[in-house]
Amino acid sequence: MNTELLGIIVTYGLTLLLAIPLGIYLAKVFAGEKVWTDFLNPFEKGIYKLSGINPKEEMNWKQHMKALITINAVWLVYGFFMLMFQGYLPLNPDGNPGMTPDLSFNTVISFVVNCNLQHYSGESGLTYLTQHFVIMFLQFVSAATGIAAAVVLFKAFRDKTTTNLGNFWVFFTQSITRLLLPISVVIAIILAFNGTPTSYEGKDQIVSLQGDTVNVSRGPAAGMVAIKHLGTNGGGWFGVNAAHPLENPNYVTYITEMVAQVLIPIAMIFAFGWFIRRKKMAWVIFGVMTLGMLLLLVPTLISELGGSPAISKMGISQATGAMEGKDVRFGPTATGYWSTVTTIISTGSVNSMHDSTMPLTGMLQLVAMMMNCFYGGVGVGLLNYFTFIIIAVFISGLMVGRTPEFLGHKVEAREVKIASIIALLHPFIILVGTAIATYTLVYFPDAAWAVKPANWLNNPGFHGFSEMLYENTSAAANNGSGFEGLGDNNVFWNVLTGFVLILGRFLPIIGPVAIAGLLGAKKYIPESNGTLKTDTVTFGVMTFVVIVIIAALAFFPALTLGPLAEYFTLTR
Amino acid sequence: MKNKSNKLFEPALVNTALKQSFIKLDPRLMARNPVMFTVEIGTAVMLFVTIYSISNPSQGSFGYNLTVFIVLLLTVLFGNFAEAIAEARGKAQADSLRKTREETPAKILMSNGKIEIRSSNLLRKGDVFMCETGDTIPTDGEIIEGIATIDESAITGESAPVIRESGGDKSSVTGGTKVLSDQIKVQVTTQPGESFLDKMIALVEGASRQKTPNEIALTILLAGFTLVFIIVCITLKPFADYANTPITIAAFISLFVCLIPTTIGGLLSAIGIAGMDRALRANVITKSGKAVETAGDIDVLLLDKTGTITIGNRKATHFYSAQGGDNEAFVNACVLSSMSDETPEGKSIIELATVQNNKILTAPKGSTFIKFTAETRSSGMDTADGRRIRKGAFDSIRNIVIKAGNPFPADIEEQVKLIAGNGGTPLVVAENEKALGVIELQDIIKPGISERFERLRKMGVKTVMVTGDNPLTAKFIAEKAGVDDFIAEAKPEDKMNYIKEEQALGKLVAMMGDGTNDAPALAQADVGVAMNSGTQAAKEAGNMVDLDNDPTKLIEIVEIGKQLLITRGTLTTFSIANDVAKYFAIVPALFIVAIPALSSMNIMNLHSPESAILSAVIFNALIIPLLIPIALRGVSYKPIGASALLRRNIFIYGIGGVIAPFIGIKLIDIVVSLIV
Repeated sequence: MNTELLGIIVTYGLTLLLAIPLGIYLAKVFAGEKVWTDFLNPFEKGIYKLSGINPKEEMNWKQHMKALITINAVWLVYGFFMLMFQGYLPLNPDGNPGMTPDLSFNTVISFVVNCNLQHYSGESGLTYLTQHFVIMFLQFVSAATGIAAAVVLFKAFRDKTTTNLGNFWVFFTQSITRLLLPISVVIAIILAFNGTPTSYEGKDQIVSLQGDTVNVSRGPAAGMVAIKHLGTNGGGWFGVNAAHPLENPNYVTYITEMVAQVLIPIAMIFAFGWFIRRKKMAWVIFGVMTLGMLLLLVPTLISELGGSPAISKMGISQATGAMEGKDVRFGPTATGYWSTVTTIISTGSVNSMHDSTMPLTGMLQLVAMMMNCFYGGVGVGLLNYFTFIIIAVFISGLMVGRTPEFLGHKVEAREVKIASIIALLHPFIILVGTAIATYTLVYFPDAAWAVKPANWLNNPGFHGFSEMLYENTSAAANNGSGFEGLGDNNVFWNVLTGFVLILGRFLPIIGPVAIAGLLGAKKYIPESNGTLKTDTVTFGVMTFVVIVIIAALAFFPALTLGPLAEYFTLTR
Repeated sequence: MKNKSNKLFEPALVNTALKQSFIKLDPRLMARNPVMFTVEIGTAVMLFVTIYSISNPSQGSFGYNLTVFIVLLLTVLFGNFAEAIAEARGKAQADSLRKTREETPAKILMSNGKIEIRSSNLLRKGDVFMCETGDTIPTDGEIIEGIATIDESAITGESAPVIRESGGDKSSVTGGTKVLSDQIKVQVTTQPGESFLDKMIALVEGASRQKTPNEIALTILLAGFTLVFIIVCITLKPFADYANTPITIAAFISLFVCLIPTTIGGLLSAIGIAGMDRALRANVITKSGKAVETAGDIDVLLLDKTGTITIGNRKATHFYSAQGGDNEAFVNACVLSSMSDETPEGKSIIELATVQNNKILTAPKGSTFIKFTAETRSSGMDTADGRRIRKGAFDSIRNIVIKAGNPFPADIEEQVKLIAGNGGTPLVVAENEKALGVIELQDIIKPGISERFERLRKMGVKTVMVTGDNPLTAKFIAEKAGVDDFIAEAKPEDKMNYIKEEQALGKLVAMMGDGTNDAPALAQADVGVAMNSGTQAAKEAGNMVDLDNDPTKLIEIVEIGKQLLITRGTLTTFSIANDVAKYFAIVPALFIVAIPALSSMNIMNLHSPESAILSAVIFNALIIPLLIPIALRGVSYKPIGASALLRRNIFIYGIGGVIAPFIGIKLIDIVVSLIV
């Protein structure tokens, strides 16, 4: 078998091998059952005591969401000022300046919402202090926020009828102490031994073979690269992210980083199934999500391995496939797999330039983020998927002639209302964001911003449209990858995507948790022959169809004007 | 009433519906349906565009704009027509019932004891009227005095007369029915305009029709889809500006109307009305649309044994006297004990005795009848010469016997068990607290009933037989008939407790009843069906009234409820699945002029951008009337298990919904391209 293909199969297999036991372990942790990491109990108790938290206090869904919003608001304010004034603060060996208010606004939101849309370059835009205590800190806590929110949803379906959904602070703390921190340490060590820098010194100088002097940025990068993947954050230490040879030095680090980013999203599916004592449910959700991934991955590989039609027309052979924007160390297969994974999961780290991928690959990356629930980000992927489950339950419940039920709880007008709003919010913010951008570009090309609209796009035409669509989609999906080729560090894009980011984060967390809370509080109805079972392949397929149809209906015209028009023009 | 017309489009109804379709264009009425309301707004905009295009062709030719305008107007009208025809059918059905109670003279009993003849319209709740042989009963009421045979064929279509009498569970009379013999005094139970029928008529009329919970939830989902397509269409304007592709207003509105779920939006209220109409056609009056919907969710069905599971009533088949007892004396005691027993069982005992003994006994003078009560569960007679004859269930008689210190003969006990084991009902007769013997009553199970229970089981509905029989008999019949559970020796409160227990488990329970002592259970049940012949209390307590007094009707009602939801679900799926093909028709048409490469996306190979857009909107409009029959008749329910049913419906309405418009739009495009 083709070794490139074997490489990604092994990587995925390894992920599964680790993710399934991890999920079962997580189910036990959050259920308060005995696990081997219980030796951390005293440490956690110390944290609760220090923070004045009563870990035994049971919260309902509203209290949970209040806690979540409050703590996130604190981080927003803290991060905003740290980034603006980092120039005056210590641990700044390269003397990097503070951020402009709009960039700081965008950056802090982007990291609080687990997106990591970077309108700056790590080497020159941040100091070691902010890399550590703003960026890395937020990478941990934003991931823990998503996981904790998902656990609240789990709790709603564990017992027949309940309003007590556990304690937010406990879920949050345990997500870090029992999951993110220990695994990050392991990953960081693997990365450090493979050449990712772990030093507090400033830039190093080398002289290239051509005799040029090159300043190479360094820093304590390995730790951050670990959590950026594990927490599906994606914000790189260096500007070009995992395409930088120090951030992703070799195939071992490639495998490590790939496994790290898919690990928790898959583990959370199994944690859900085991936690609510419906293992079959976990397998069905896993099956649907994997099907979604494969349907995005296979065409990506075909399109990338086929090479560029424009180059073929020139009569040049492309035996290795489309190589523009890719690292020769990884080639199109491994890169294609990364681009699919990083877009279905809201990591958004890149090991190639997505701007350079074939039009259809670009479309698949966009579609992955538009659906945003095939595995999805840590915790939030499952929350997004849950929204679609509710819509699928509703439509298919009607089709079998029974008031729709999910896990024994009736789905009624209120839940459908929330699910509709949340499912439709995603297309809404993407399309409106892109519309504002195109409108500005067409009607105010000379606005006096750091980059004036007329100069935003590296590529005019369809590809330029894709760049703007991608930026908004990435922000709305809290993905953080960029199509690049877009002049995005200016007040327009910083503010626009700032709002898109915030809208794309908190409502899609609150909505599903609210639905779960409302359902969990309802009377439990035992299953009968007439009940539509939600842990069957049939229902899984129905959910898949709902996800695909909603995305297709909302985005078809936009995709036509972007990647499809580019594709058909290129192949004509 | 019984000439249930199966024709969907009767000319008279179609005429009314056509008129209504235009009246319903009133925006205040349209606003109730968000999907179709947006289409109406789009149509209004197209009207202005059409007028504008007379002088300025920048928005396309006048003819093209006019065509789009007309097609959109038709879309709205088709939706209105669907609702109007459903209403008209429901109303026609209700009217034929209402006709039976048009003005009839009523003999009102005045407070001074005189009788005055007045119009039935003037009857108020509490008034008392008299009815004699040949009179038509002027309005609904309850017999307070007398007994009469009544012809209820106007309501039920059943020509055999029925007996209605005061005091019992068959004391209700319905307006429009005819007294065939005797005289009754009736108290009016409803105010004019508030009878069940009036409520039902209001339910099928749009104005006062309350949306059911599932309908509200679906409307929200559809409104959500509509909202997304508003965004898709509005944002397309700056996208197209960026791509230097001008899009006409007609194209924008066509795209929008095609994408929003107009098919289900136009048919949604028709489906709801048709559901209630189907209930009415089954001769069931529902007090709310919600009750029909709830019926589809029923988990547990309580059915009375008699009349539902078994044919009519048990009949006496044998007399078994105690060993060494005098058989003739025993039979005589049986007859005496049954003299006060008006139940069919009691009568059958006398019948059997008459046949066996070949003589008719009369009650000795000075005897007192002991009536049956649910507490003593025995009845009988005390004669003047001191004989105390009792007849009742085995355990109640045994209690009496043992309480008096007498032994209970073992052979009688043996016989009781034997009878019960064979599905019969043993009745023990005792005289002066000494057991004399057993009467055997036998049930005949209705043919085909076990198939119906099997069908219910496949639907996920548990059937429970309620019977006054002892557990052994009950078990035998339950097994033979194929019910899942039974309540034996049921007292009225047992039903209530059973319902409450099931409800505590989260299940929805339906039951049917007629007597006043059923009323609390009828009220407690999620779906309570009262028989029309039942007492006023029972009818008030339930949420449906069955005009046919047919206990198996519950099964039909469950299916009507399920059909209602399925029709909504499948047509929603169909409507949304249609969008795929419409996108492939319209989106290339929008951009093909500016971006010729996109012609590869014109997979249907439609003639021109204009013909593509027209074909899509025409298909979108035509599909509504084409689906009206399905909306009115309902998508059939098949009890094949939820997952299998889902697969089946996804296959037909989901995949079918994707494919059908590709074919439809292509065919319309061929026709359109010939004309243009």
